[in-house]
Amino acid sequence: MQIALAVLLGFLFGFTLQKVGAANPVKIIDMLRFRDLHLMKAILFGIGFAMIGLFVLLHFGVLNVASHLSVKSAYTGVIVGGLLLGAGWGMAGFCPGTGLVGLGAGRRDAWVFLIGGLLGAFLYTLIYGWIKGSFLFASIGGKSTLAVTGNDAFPALFPQISGLVLGCGIGAGFIIVSLVLPLLKKRRVQAGVEESVAQDRTEDTPAG
Amino acid sequence: MKSILLQKQWNWLLSGLMLGISFLLAVVLVKPIGVSTQYPILDGIIWEQVQPGLVTENAENKSGYGSSNAYLNENGGKYAAAIAKPLNYGLVFVLAMILGGFVARVMQRRGQPELYTPSIVSAELNSMRLKRLQRVFVGGFLALLGARLAGGCTSGHMMSGMMQTSLSGFLFAAAAFAAAIPMALHLYGREE
Repeated sequence: MQIALAVLLGFLFGFTLQKVGAANPVKIIDMLRFRDLHLMKAILFGIGFAMIGLFVLLHFGVLNVASHLSVKSAYTGVIVGGLLLGAGWGMAGFCPGTGLVGLGAGRRDAWVFLIGGLLGAFLYTLIYGWIKGSFLFASIGGKSTLAVTGNDAFPALFPQISGLVLGCGIGAGFIIVSLVLPLLKKRRVQAGVEESVAQDRTEDTPAG
Repeated sequence: MKSILLQKQWNWLLSGLMLGISFLLAVVLVKPIGVSTQYPILDGIIWEQVQPGLVTENAENKSGYGSSNAYLNENGGKYAAAIAKPLNYGLVFVLAMILGGFVARVMQRRGQPELYTPSIVSAELNSMRLKRLQRVFVGGFLALLGARLAGGCTSGHMMSGMMQTSLSGFLFAAAAFAAAIPMALHLYGREE
């Protein structure tokens, strides 16, 4: 059953990342240098939507969702590692997930990303024993969340506010930002290019 | 419906909605999505082939498996167990992701207009020239080294983490963008 769900959910996620354009390094790099915010808008909307959905489900206590949560610890290595990942992301245009989807979509450079990634993860596997007692693992908040989730393993930083209100509030904030951000698709004005932009619009209407 | 499945790229709203549904569905049905853990697992599977005995049964660990490597032995030997039994949720999920990307690409309608204006940067990113390969290699190395140190990547920390309003997710996202934006601007510039 678990394996069947892994196939279903993994397939949905990989299919979605490809259709979203996230497995295309051009889209990633153009987002990071503020030329095309399509992905930024999609990511913010996605997080906001998932957050609201999650906190509504948690509030009503359906489907045992609280027990499925998995909040990661906050320690200095999260920030140092985030900076390293960001540097690699801004260099390659792939992150660990989208590199694999790019591989499936037939991008040959994704193989090089995979090899680099396997070596980077291998180096970490080798040095972990030496660094595990270092400042990199100093806790800065542990497994905490902003909003109350109802799972006691994960303490909330704002326990006095209802989880539903705070979760949906932050989620709504993400959605508002996603709606307000401009797309910024400033393309070179060329014959044929404007045509293709117009074509995007007609084909991309979500109703259908 | 058919045109949505066949089109080359979804508009931003449909993209965001589908990302949100994917992440939410994963939490509701099983657990939050994460990807980068599978890199050291795959390393371990290869390592075990080269040097059998890396991963052994160990009754003291919660998972029942252990390793001489400190990292693979962490968390009750969770990673060691995943290496010993590769057909587990995490690895199958990632393999299915690759398949999903493949099917999405194959189903793309033929003769669709190119969505991107060819530019100097996009030509470089889509090439297999040495400079591109160097950057994608070093980028992959840094991304996974960082993801393992942080304990998650863009999927696990940024998307799954922030949707649960986890502190670590917000810290990770801020750090990742704080490095990625200057890096992209430095290497690829503001212009086309």
